[in-house]
Formats: sequence, C-alpha cells, structure tokens
Amino acid sequence: MSTFLTEEPTLVTDAAASTRLSSLDTLESEAIHIIREVVAEFEKPALLFSGGKDSVVMLHLATKAFWPGKVPFPVLHVDTGHNFPEVIDFRDRTVDRLGLKLVVGSVQEFIDRGELAERADGTRNPLQTVPLLDAIQSNKFDAVFGGGRRDEDKARAKERILSLRDEFGQWDPRNQRPELWNLYNGRHTVGQHVRAFPISNWTELDVWRYIERENIELPGLYYAHDREVFARDGMWRAVGEVSQPLPHEEVITKTVRYRTVGDMSCTGAVESAAATVRDVVIEVAASTITERGATRADDRISEAAMEDRKKDGYF
Amino acid sequence: MTTDIDTARAAALLDEAPLASASLFRFATAGSVDDGKSTLVGRLLHDSKAILADQLDAVARTSADRGFGGAAGGIDLALLTDGLRAEREQGITIDVAYRYFATDRRSFILADCPGHVQYTKNTVTGASTADAVVVLIDARKGVLEQTRRHLSVLQLLRVAHVIVAVNKIDLVDFSESVFREIEADVQKVGRELGLGSDGITDLLVVPVSALDGDNVVERSERTPWYTGPALLEVLETLPAADELESHLESFRFPVQLVIRPQGALAPDAVAGGLDVEEYRDYRAYAGQITEGSVKVGDKVSVLTPGQDPRTTTVIGIDFAGASLEEASAPQSVAIRLADEFDVARGDTIAAAGTVRESTADLYAQLCWLSPKPLREGAKVLVKHGTRTVQALVRSVNGKLDLATFNLEGASSLELNDIGHAQLRLAAPLPLENYLHHRRTGAFLVIDPLDGNTLAAGLVKDHPGDHEDERYSI
Repeated sequence: MSTFLTEEPTLVTDAAASTRLSSLDTLESEAIHIIREVVAEFEKPALLFSGGKDSVVMLHLATKAFWPGKVPFPVLHVDTGHNFPEVIDFRDRTVDRLGLKLVVGSVQEFIDRGELAERADGTRNPLQTVPLLDAIQSNKFDAVFGGGRRDEDKARAKERILSLRDEFGQWDPRNQRPELWNLYNGRHTVGQHVRAFPISNWTELDVWRYIERENIELPGLYYAHDREVFARDGMWRAVGEVSQPLPHEEVITKTVRYRTVGDMSCTGAVESAAATVRDVVIEVAASTITERGATRADDRISEAAMEDRKKDGYF
Repeated sequence: MTTDIDTARAAALLDEAPLASASLFRFATAGSVDDGKSTLVGRLLHDSKAILADQLDAVARTSADRGFGGAAGGIDLALLTDGLRAEREQGITIDVAYRYFATDRRSFILADCPGHVQYTKNTVTGASTADAVVVLIDARKGVLEQTRRHLSVLQLLRVAHVIVAVNKIDLVDFSESVFREIEADVQKVGRELGLGSDGITDLLVVPVSALDGDNVVERSERTPWYTGPALLEVLETLPAADELESHLESFRFPVQLVIRPQGALAPDAVAGGLDVEEYRDYRAYAGQITEGSVKVGDKVSVLTPGQDPRTTTVIGIDFAGASLEEASAPQSVAIRLADEFDVARGDTIAAAGTVRESTADLYAQLCWLSPKPLREGAKVLVKHGTRTVQALVRSVNGKLDLATFNLEGASSLELNDIGHAQLRLAAPLPLENYLHHRRTGAFLVIDPLDGNTLAAGLVKDHPGDHEDERYSI
C-alpha cells in the first residue's frame, strides 16, 4: 500500500480474508462491548424486553457478555394490555429461566386511572411512552437498553448508539453528541437518562442469521401457523379479544407469521409458509418489503411517524 | 400484503456466497454542497438492491409530487437518504446517517456525512470508525477548498483508504482530459498532505455519474479511457483497516469490567451443566481487544495508572462458555491471568514490554466539535480507553489552516477547528501515538458541566521524543 495512487486496489487475499471475523462475529463483539460499557458506567441500567426478536437477541447478548455470571440488570416491559398471550407467556418463561427481575409498566393501569385515554383508532402503541417514562423515573433507571436498529427507519438511521434523553424523555435529533471510535460518552445530568442501542448496526437479516446460528428460542408466532385473520389497512390482522373485525371485514384462516411482535391492535401478519428459522432467513433475505412498512400500521400514520414518537420519548 | 419472494436473490445471498464468513466493511462519504453525494449514496443502495420495494414506492410518490424527472425512472435517488422532517422541509442533511447494504462479497456499513456547515464534526465522526472514505468532487468544479479540508481531516485520522469520486462526469461529456486534470490536482494535494505516500493511507480516483450510474456499481462503457474498477468493486476488494494493521500491532486490551460472580452464577449456565464448584472463585477481565492478538500462555503487562507495569501470564481466554486458544481485535472476550493482581476497569492489559511508561502530560491534536470554544486554563475530562480523568488545558499551540495545511498561531479553538494543545492529566494514562495506534491513541474531551463531547483527540509524541516528520507542523 505504499505506492501513491495505485491503479488497482490491493485485493483481499484468501489468507487475509479467512483470518478476519465474520460480519456476525464483528457485530456480536461490538454489541457486547457496548453492553459492558453501559453496565460499567451507569448506576442502574435496565433492558427493554417485550419478547420480540430484537429484545430476545439483546438478552442473549447480555447473557454472553457476563457469562458465567448472571445478567446484572432487570428487564422492563411496557405492557399495552393488548399483547399476544403467547408472547407474555414466553416473556415470563425467559425471565424465570435466567433468574431475572421483571419490571412491568402497564398501559391498562394508566387508562384505568384516567391518566391515559384510549385513541380513536384503538392503537395502543403510542400510549406506551407515558408508562415507560414513569417506570424509568420510579425505578431510577439511568440507562435503558433497547433493541432498536438503524435499518428500521429513517429517523433511527440518525440516532446514536448511546442516545441522551432529557427530563421528559425527549430525543433531540439536532443536538446529538458525535460518536467517535469506540469511545461512548454516557455522561448525563440529574433527570436525564440514556437509551442504549447495542444492535444499532444490525440489519433484520443479521438478527435472523444470528437467531439461527445461536439457536435462540422465539415466541412461536414468528413462524408460520394457521390463524383466523381479516384484512385491514392492507395487512392481515389477527382475530382476538381486542382485535375484532368490522361487519364488512371477512374472517378467513390463513397460514401466516409475524415479522414484528407488538400490540395486537396494530401489528399485522404476513402470509408465509416459513415454519423454521432457516425458512425465515431465506424469506427475509429475499423479501422486497422492509419489516415496518409491511406490518406496522402506526408507522403509516405519517411519513415522520417514528420521528415524532421518538421525540416524545418512545423507544 | 404478502411477502414477495425473490428466490434468485435469496439463493445468491445465502447459498452461492459464503455469507456466514462474509466480513464487515465500514466506509463513510464526504462531500461539498450539491456535489451529488445523496444521489451517489442513493445510487449505491439502489443498484446494490438494498432499497426495498416499499421505500422505493414512497420515494417515487414524493418524486412525482415534486415533479422530478431524472434518469432513474423519474426517481430522485437523493430522497432515499433524507431522514428527518427538518431535512425534508429544508432540503438539507443535518447529521451523520448510517445505511446498510450487502453484496455477495461483503456487508457494508455506510456513514453518510453531510458536507455543509459542520463538515469537520461530521467527517471526523464518520471517519473515526471507517475503513475507507469516499470524497466527492463535482467534475465541473474540480478540487475545491472544501475538498482540501476533507482530505486533510482524513489524513489526520489515518483513514486506510481514501477514494475520490469525480462525480457528474456526464456533465463534462465524459471528458478524459477533465478527469485527468482533476486526478492530477488530487494527487498534488495528496502529496502535500502525505496521503498515500506514508504507507498507511492510499488514494484512488474514480470517475462516476451518480445520476446515471456510470462506474458506481458497474464499469461504464462511456468512460473507455478509465480502466480501473467501479466504485463498488473498489469497496468490495479493499482490505479492511484491521487486516492491514493486525500484523503490525501488539496486543492491547482496555479492561471494561471484572467478571467475578462469587456464586451468583447464571441459572441457565448451571442448568446447562456448569460446574458450580469450579466456578465459585472465577475471576476474569472483560473487554474488547483493540489491537493485535493474544494467546493462552502469552506474557502480558497490566498497566494501572500510578503503578509500575506488572507482568503475568494469560491462563485463559473465555467467551460465553467457550475456551479460546487465541483471540484478536476486535473480539470481545474475558481474560484470566496467572497472578491474582488487583485489576480494575480503566487498567490496560498489553503484550509485555510493548508499552512505554504512562504519562500525565498529553500532547495532542484536537478536532474541536463544540460551539463552546476551547480556552487555555479550561478544566475538562479526558476519556481514553475505559478510563476518564480530569485534565487541565495548559496551552493551545496553534490551529491548522486546512486549506494550506499550515499551523497558524491561535490561543483558542472554535467549532470545526483542528489545533494542537497540551493538557495536564490528573492521573497518568498509557497514551500512544495515534499515528500507529488508532484506538489507544484516540480520546474524547468532555465538558464536565453538561457531559457533552467537546473534541476528538489524537495523541501526539512528546516534543523531544522522536517525532514523525508529518506531525511536526
């Protein structure tokens, strides 16, 4: 590389290529470094854990980061009250298996107390912000791990790995700290907290390949199954207690799976025959639709939907 | 409503290519206003099929709303990289945005750095983790002062590969003479900077049309006089920084924390057959290898501020239940040592005898990233590796004119300035010259009042030590 202005770039030799870490190993190593930095520098971190695949991967990384010790922080779930029962069951089993403390912030309790109002469209995802901030404040969490990834959304593409939030949980995209080398600056003042996103640099395909490689268990609804569904807003919505078809919406049974697992009132299923993790990896690799566009009604409200919710203190 | 399956693409990604062993390559883009950087990034993503159908639909709708009629089927590719509402409203890019795409040879992380006002801040941020940086030049304008500034910053940060993309080559009728003239100018600037001639950084120049796609993903027939590779081919084949550096460097391992469960073992590990008795007194040092590699049996020095280095032997390298014989940068592992020293976060484990004495006198280049200026006598925090210490700014010894590369007299640094400074640290640190150590030679300057990052710091040798020619400005 010492010649000036080489005509052809130096080629990667087979020997050099084989000694490099694979991209998954590099991403895993980076995530574990970030998780350890946050645990070392903060007083009281917690991990947002919904039972969704990104949070399951986060928890798996945390178990690897501190092996053979226990994961040294509690998990926090904001329960909309409209979650899929099998996901809640999965959450409880996982917490039990790893001997973790679970903190639950309940949207339903806030509605019952009159501190939150049900939305006209019935979607409870945007209502999670208040119970989340309440749980952070009342438990004095100063760092909250999330499974957010930059490939999910335009606003997330610009968010730091350590993202400072003010007293109101707000994100200020125009005033972010530069993030240099692998030196993360998590300093904050009283009342502020930090959201940490160790898998920022992972893509959806990376997540699935990692789930396959590490043999990580997920809630069953990520894999193809038969379900009673109806069409709404261009998605297949599950029939459930809180997700009822309107008279003109025909209920049919389809083989579907979920690409994201959120609130039943706004998460749609996709038709899929991918019954195993290998099938899903191939499907994701081949998919021509990004996951949020395909299955989240709340991100369609406006072009800047995610940005607005993040500024208000959302995940 | 259904997930469309392009099985050919899936097969290409998963079966024909060794995806499981494909490596990661990080690069950044830098450019001036209106040189077509957003279009180039959009083109790379679009032509490497990283743009998915629903994103493309949204962009096509917006393009139509705005009456755009470009060559890419009426799609304004620049819209693909617009992120925040304020950016769409003002038609500008505010902040570094990260993009992801993969070919069958590599996975890419692209830090898309806007080129206007805060160019130094953004370029420094993007380049600090990059294996390569693509700098854009408008073929109609040639090398501008902004280009010189960009190249200057990249030289300071020791980015392994600098690729200059001469864009809008279609607007100069694919003229070879225009390209050769710009290429010669770039070489001249490179020589003045030492870029490409120092054995660390290399410099390539590629003619492209981001709008039409010439030489972006495929080599173009409209530039027959250019025999080099297309931009994406360059990015797919350049060695990553750690491939170039790993054999040159000695092992460095800043300790993040001590793993010492004292009986509080992970229940799932115990359920999986972990011997509770064997792990009762387990003690290992967790961290990420920043440089070089380590093997079980290697002699290492433990560097603790204020103490003499202590030498011991590596007896184990653990990672989540696996015992490794050897590990190298950038792996995250846990290391066990033969002697029961008191080792804590902030200490560094290094190959024995390869690190000079820790010092409290810090000579550095500072890239000032804050609107709050640096003044002599200021008290700041310095974050180096896993340790943060207080520091006093003893003197500011001038700032760099990025256009001429001359050091000018200055006693303060403002936003986007790059200058020289001397700091006195409250505790000695194992500082190393950034020129040879991109991780242990780097540090942050932090405001103790509000915690904000003020500067990116690059450690220089002490005056009087053997100093590199290019740094003695």
